[in-house]
Amino acid sequence: MILSLFQRVQAMPASIAIRESIWLYPVIESAHVLGMCVFLGFIVMMDLRLVSATMRSAPVTEVQQRLFPWQMAGLVVMVVSGTLLVFTEPMRFYYNPFARVKLVLLVLAGINALAFHWGPYRRVAEWDHQAVPPGQVRLAGVASIVLWAAIVTCGRLIAYNWFN
Amino acid sequence: MSLLHVFEWFEATSVGAMIRQSTWMFPVIEAMHLLALALIGGAVLVVDLRLFGWGLRRMSVRQLASDAQPWMVGSLIMMIITGVLLMLSEAIKCYYNVAFWWKMGFLAVAIIYTFTVRRRVIAMDDGRLGPLGARVAAAASVILWSGVGISGRAIGFY
Repeated sequence: MILSLFQRVQAMPASIAIRESIWLYPVIESAHVLGMCVFLGFIVMMDLRLVSATMRSAPVTEVQQRLFPWQMAGLVVMVVSGTLLVFTEPMRFYYNPFARVKLVLLVLAGINALAFHWGPYRRVAEWDHQAVPPGQVRLAGVASIVLWAAIVTCGRLIAYNWFN
Repeated sequence: MSLLHVFEWFEATSVGAMIRQSTWMFPVIEAMHLLALALIGGAVLVVDLRLFGWGLRRMSVRQLASDAQPWMVGSLIMMIITGVLLMLSEAIKCYYNVAFWWKMGFLAVAIIYTFTVRRRVIAMDDGRLGPLGARVAAAASVILWSGVGISGRAIGFY
């Protein structure tokens, strides 16, 4: 079912148009990379606070609340540009193992974020001002960093047709 | 000893050859370049954002910059190491690539700017400089580093 959807998108005029444009694909790809600097940059700064590696004097809630809007703006850029990238060459992404692993990792990163916010973060008042948050919190931070590092790596490796 | 000779020498290094001949080395080093890019993005932007008067406003500029500094410096070192390795593996291509030289130009100015003007603006901590000065300084930082990033991306398209 997904295969036939991807096949149909591959044949769409809009998809073909981007594929054949000299400049459109590079622009979308560049937006994806530069958006990553904003999105992932601020995610990592928050994670570094969670693992007590930086901004230790700032309450965690302050870091979270003040960076969140920018993280979300960055996320919009990432999702839109990422979707466009797949839209441009759906069949290539469909068969690419790194693309599939990246998608799974993205879901895991999302689950990790939600689990943190609906779990340990609910009781943030207890450890908000601590330079070193509780173990569970630090674990969520480490998991986030590891997952996103893997996501970026997989994303880069998609371009290499090692498994064709 | 022309610049071309220097880049021919780069191309001929055993490190460059090793990366060139390997299937996986270039992509892995490139991925590390990207990861360091995300980190330097966060470390630089969080302070520039603060200079604009946004983001982590409750923290003093000086404290935030001091906290971000080790991560900015560490990721910059990582960018340079991975960048040099990538360059060594395709030095001649870089030499003839317009975007590569734009990137080097932006990089030199960005580094000098960050460790001189921007450092002083941060030390003033809004006191003497005023919000407009801080915003100009932050805008310059964003523009310079964006220049590095965009021309870096453009290398692949020439």
